[in-house]
Amino acid sequence: MDETYDVIVLGTGLTECILSGLLSVGGKKVLHMDRNDYYGGESASLSLTQLFKKFRDGAAPPATLGKERDYNIDLIPKFMMANGGLVKILTHTDVTRYLEFKQIAGSFVYRDGKIAKVPATEMEALNSPLMGLLEKRRLKKFLDYLKELAYKTTERIVLYMSSMARWGKSPYLYPLYGLGELPQGFARLSAIYGGTYMLDKKVDEIVYEDGKVIGVRSGDEIAKCSQVICDPSYAPGKARKVARVIRAICLLKGPIPNTDNADSLQLIIPQNQVNRSNDIYIASVSASHNVCDKNHQLAIVSTIVETDKPELEIQPGLALLGPITEKFIQIADICEPTDSGEVDQVFLSKSYDATSHFETVCDDVENIYKRVTGHELVLKQRPSQQEEQDMAAHQ
Amino acid sequence: MSSSRQAPAHQPQPAGKLFQFKLVLLGESAVGKSSLVLRFVKDQFDDYRESTIGAAFLTQTICLDDATTVKFEIWDTAGQERYKSLAPMYYRNANCAVVVYDITQSSSLDKAKSWVKELQRQADPNIVIALAGNKNDLSARRAIATEDAQAYADEAGLLFFETSAKTAANVNELFTSIAKKLPLDMLANPRPRGAGLNTRGIDLNRENREAGCAC
Repeated sequence: MDETYDVIVLGTGLTECILSGLLSVGGKKVLHMDRNDYYGGESASLSLTQLFKKFRDGAAPPATLGKERDYNIDLIPKFMMANGGLVKILTHTDVTRYLEFKQIAGSFVYRDGKIAKVPATEMEALNSPLMGLLEKRRLKKFLDYLKELAYKTTERIVLYMSSMARWGKSPYLYPLYGLGELPQGFARLSAIYGGTYMLDKKVDEIVYEDGKVIGVRSGDEIAKCSQVICDPSYAPGKARKVARVIRAICLLKGPIPNTDNADSLQLIIPQNQVNRSNDIYIASVSASHNVCDKNHQLAIVSTIVETDKPELEIQPGLALLGPITEKFIQIADICEPTDSGEVDQVFLSKSYDATSHFETVCDDVENIYKRVTGHELVLKQRPSQQEEQDMAAHQ
Repeated sequence: MSSSRQAPAHQPQPAGKLFQFKLVLLGESAVGKSSLVLRFVKDQFDDYRESTIGAAFLTQTICLDDATTVKFEIWDTAGQERYKSLAPMYYRNANCAVVVYDITQSSSLDKAKSWVKELQRQADPNIVIALAGNKNDLSARRAIATEDAQAYADEAGLLFFETSAKTAANVNELFTSIAKKLPLDMLANPRPRGAGLNTRGIDLNRENREAGCAC
């Protein structure tokens, strides 16, 4: 690794892998390292063994859970908006070549003690118990009005609607084999364009000279570079905690009760329903997404921590899941960088926040890309496979 | 350019059924993975080929008989194996794998064995695996006896060939025997899979609602 690179990327979370891919495609010489022996960092999908290693001190997973190969368990609960920023990046970089996607079956809301489906079609809207008839007419008018105006503040609503309209059922998509496939796909893109990958690599120190980064040290080796991009865990001195999030990864025996046996869903418990300031999210996926065996379903209950008893805060969510076979609790700091990185050329990504989609991740990617390269990210369509083969043949 | 793109012996014949398969290459750095594919797909060899950059995906078609054509989508490692950083996504969904070692490097067979183990643990249980002892043209420097590798391949249930990307020895034979061993009859409805073809899910590049999954 004693070489000189343009950019060294530390951590293989989704944000870092997208940036690594975009920069390699753009001609930068990239070295990408991770202290773990797997891709994805905080946005990884783990095998049963890896999950038990992380949460249960390496205890063996019980045989009742089934085969190791059937499991890819996400650490964070997020879905892709069908019309959102991540889909745009995926299609332009053609990382879709490496991945397969499926819809999330349903979107639900908890209200007045009941789980109600968020209507996906006009028919469902008319049958939905969530609103009275007058409210429905008003909403339709209001949404039409928003669609025409599309002000910044209404962008998210419009995104939800256009995502819903794209495939129906729900506005959400999900990669088969788990979210961890996303960083791996972008890492492959980076590697194909010359990026060097080192997993299971100790990162001892970011090395500075005169207040500017000059490299990264691992043991006796120093890789030189003029810029570093990393997640907050690789440069804790440059990160500040802005909130804490609690996530309970649960293995269930089957679908969540009262959801029409949905094989996948998002269920929101709005803050006002449970006297909180933050919503509680439930994200669930199953064997039809190749993330667990046929006899199980996965669900993550999460929310922003508001008290000193975070586990109690997610109880209303856990109570909706039916019998829970295994539960893994993670309380994580949400960090953001203390500075823009313009002075020392070390650029930190933000932690994965509590939102249920990847839009803020895409914002962070665009933002860091601009600070690193000095220009706006303009997504260009990647050459086709045939064109790439021809280009390689000419090298 | 076009003159060098002639396919070797087996030109695709559109007649009959076309079966499409994802084939991945595995093995230590510098054992000749890319060279084997380059020989198979373009019938070329380059003594001083750099580590893989750029094209990491090639296709080649084999006609098994008048009614059956097999198209391989061949995935290269893009160099990610160099520091033991190959993503599991790479061999996920692979229908077949060529695990390559270098007959002049004894440690490369150990690495090949660990890849076979990994495939048997993580990949599709029906995957067809071929072991290829490459650089057979350098037999003067041989470090791994043919019988030893053959015994291991038999024990692990692998196809086995000693190949030379340089002389083309056994290269077409290797890929043809994989095509023959693939469970074609199990695939009643032949269709492409894997490799971003979105056959099980939805196609992000399409704008309408119809492409939803029907499985």
